[in-house]
Amino acid sequence: MRKKSSKAGNKRAKIKPKLAVWKFASCDGCQLSLLDCEDELLGIAEIIEIANFAEASRHVLPGPYDLSLVEGSITTSHDADRIKDVRNQSRHLVTIGACATSGGVQALRNYAREEDYRKYVYARPDYIEALATSTPISNHVKVDFELQGCPINKTQLLEVISAFLHGRKPNISSYSECIDCKLDGNVCVMVAHGTPCLGPITHAGCGSICPRYNRGCYGCYGPQDSPNPRALGDWMVAMTKASPDFVNRSLQTYYTGNKIFHEASELFQKDAQKVDALGESQSLPSPEPNRKDT
Amino acid sequence: MSSDSEIKIKAGIRPGAQAGLKTRTIKVDYLARVEGEGSLYVRTKGQEIEEVQFKIFEPPRYFEALLRGRDLTEACDITSRICGICPIAYQMSAVQAMESALGIELTKEISELRRLIFCGEWIESHTLHVYMLHAPDFLGFEDAIKMAKKYPKVVSQGLQLKKIGNDLMKLVGGREIHPINVKVGGFYKLPDPSQLRKMLDPLKQARDIAEETVRFVSKLEFPDFERDYEFVSLFHSEEYPINRGRIISNRGLDIEVPSYLDHFQELHVARSNALHSVLKERGEYLVGPLARYFHNEGRLPERVRECAREINFKVKDCRNPFKSIIVRSLEILFACEESLRIIEGYVAKGPAFVNYEVKEGIGHGCTEAPRGILYHRYEIGCDGKIKEAKIIPPTSQNQKTIESDLFEVVRKYFSSPESELRHRCEQTVRNYDPCISCATHFLKIEREDVNS
Ligand code: SF4
Ligand code: SF4
Ligand code: SF4
Repeated sequence: MRKKSSKAGNKRAKIKPKLAVWKFASCDGCQLSLLDCEDELLGIAEIIEIANFAEASRHVLPGPYDLSLVEGSITTSHDADRIKDVRNQSRHLVTIGACATSGGVQALRNYAREEDYRKYVYARPDYIEALATSTPISNHVKVDFELQGCPINKTQLLEVISAFLHGRKPNISSYSECIDCKLDGNVCVMVAHGTPCLGPITHAGCGSICPRYNRGCYGCYGPQDSPNPRALGDWMVAMTKASPDFVNRSLQTYYTGNKIFHEASELFQKDAQKVDALGESQSLPSPEPNRKDT
Repeated sequence: MSSDSEIKIKAGIRPGAQAGLKTRTIKVDYLARVEGEGSLYVRTKGQEIEEVQFKIFEPPRYFEALLRGRDLTEACDITSRICGICPIAYQMSAVQAMESALGIELTKEISELRRLIFCGEWIESHTLHVYMLHAPDFLGFEDAIKMAKKYPKVVSQGLQLKKIGNDLMKLVGGREIHPINVKVGGFYKLPDPSQLRKMLDPLKQARDIAEETVRFVSKLEFPDFERDYEFVSLFHSEEYPINRGRIISNRGLDIEVPSYLDHFQELHVARSNALHSVLKERGEYLVGPLARYFHNEGRLPERVRECAREINFKVKDCRNPFKSIIVRSLEILFACEESLRIIEGYVAKGPAFVNYEVKEGIGHGCTEAPRGILYHRYEIGCDGKIKEAKIIPPTSQNQKTIESDLFEVVRKYFSSPESELRHRCEQTVRNYDPCISCATHFLKIEREDVNS
């Protein structure tokens, strides 16, 4: 008896955990991050069974899967059903990228009329079936972890995969880009050059590349843990002479589906309209930092 | 299924005439090893091909619509999110269009750097396709990881080559997917020459691997299959085209980029013969490495032409779509050579970007994405905001040709066993390395040709 069970145990130890990668509305960039792990890819395949990954293989193993990585947002009713099916087959489900964690840049349609968008792009809009919104996966099913970034960082991806397969929490810091930027010893583009930068409210992870390339952060890693976009936007207007319209658009791009970013952006949109109404010759008085209005 | 985008060809249907004949259906519900979501459906009855469908069920993302009202400086970063596999092509076509609208003349240094980062993308994207998506088809593996068991050295060299392409993009662009350094007028920052020179050794290694790749793929088994394509690509008298030139074809097309829309058309009428993007004059055409090579072989560096001679590859071989894997490999070699040339001659002579004044205008951009020409057109208001946007990616342009290839492949391999025929069909689609995520506007179109 004993012998038999230890044999079974050995056998179990040999079964590799199964990984699946799923795509919804997206650019494929986040799943490409996995194929971009050139140095690690063959090693990963040694310890993990890549059981379902259409971009990389014809080989498909049936579920359940130990870990599902989900890229892309939900934009059609078919996909809204499909994600439930994916969840049912997955022990852990991790969303990767801005599309999957907040709706992506395509979530801009949430604030327009989807019908207008459809008519603009398609000569036969009647052929197109799509939901009025582009929503994150967590609006539809339970998500175990969300990895931010547009695109995600492949080192962080490897950390998340390894953490889930070992049953621990991923070690991903949720502080702001600014912290990394300072640790990297970059010259602050906002202070030194008056370039608007979203670093203070953006989630760390990209390695603060934009400031290293003389550019302000444009927020492609989404909000950090507790962002205050209004305060930063006000400072950007006051300190860098950024227009309210610029601040509005900056908050309303890759993470426009994020509630905090979107609410703040609307405030600046109102200011932009005021500037428009005043005409180009006059500018708005500098806003006071920490404004009270909503 | 939500098939917002579906292309259907019904042909050769003779109701009644085929009664009693066996129907055969080939279905691939989820086409693997392509970028994006697509499927394949072929139905034959007797000896007749009844239906060929290359379906695209990628959900719409409405980029052209969401670009309206954005600042002209934003198109470059936003459109790169159309496709993570060829973000540079999107960035290049977008900035080129804006620069043409604003009348910006780039310095020679900036143009060369643009070419360099594009070479990085060609190396990365072509290598991904050659090794991970396409070679397994020829060798009978389900994927590159399984292929690595039998060909460990080949696959690890492929990964190394791909990495060097990525490193080049990262160095010039800040990162490999959706780089951050490209802007209207130039770059945010010029790369440091000493950093760039550190790429020389890896690129020389890459060049060797690329040569071996050409030799390796030339020994694969190619179906004896040819079609008489209308090849469309950029053409430049002095260089193998990447980001400038005229648009030409082997059937007399020879135009400047701004007149693209006068000659190409996207027909959206149900039950018409036309599918996605067609040449108004003649219909379907082919873009991508085969077309580029067909027109521009003469402007490749000697080392690349020498390598082509060594494997006895001729320009006329471009008529066999299965040989696109050879041309991609030759283009990887070219991109390595070209990167070495640019880096060796690089001096960080400023400025990083050319200043400009915002003004009203219309701009066009067309560059050679790894999969073929990518056209952008924007109308800009006096406030610098985008009023109209149009984007025509390579895969939309190749769709009609992909289906015609499928038609011919099914005809040719009609008597093959089911699984082989299915595999051939999949391979036929993968010849094009179709990037379905690029679908800025795919449509569900039906075509019915009923022979009476
Ligand atoms: S988050 Fe960005 S990189 Fe990732 S799939 Fe979406 S658009 Fe692509
Ligand atoms: S450049 Fe941006 S991210 Fe860096 S320290 Fe300044 S504000 Fe923070
Ligand atoms: S936009 Fe911000 S988060 Fe994105 S790469 Fe640049 S610095 Fe990093």
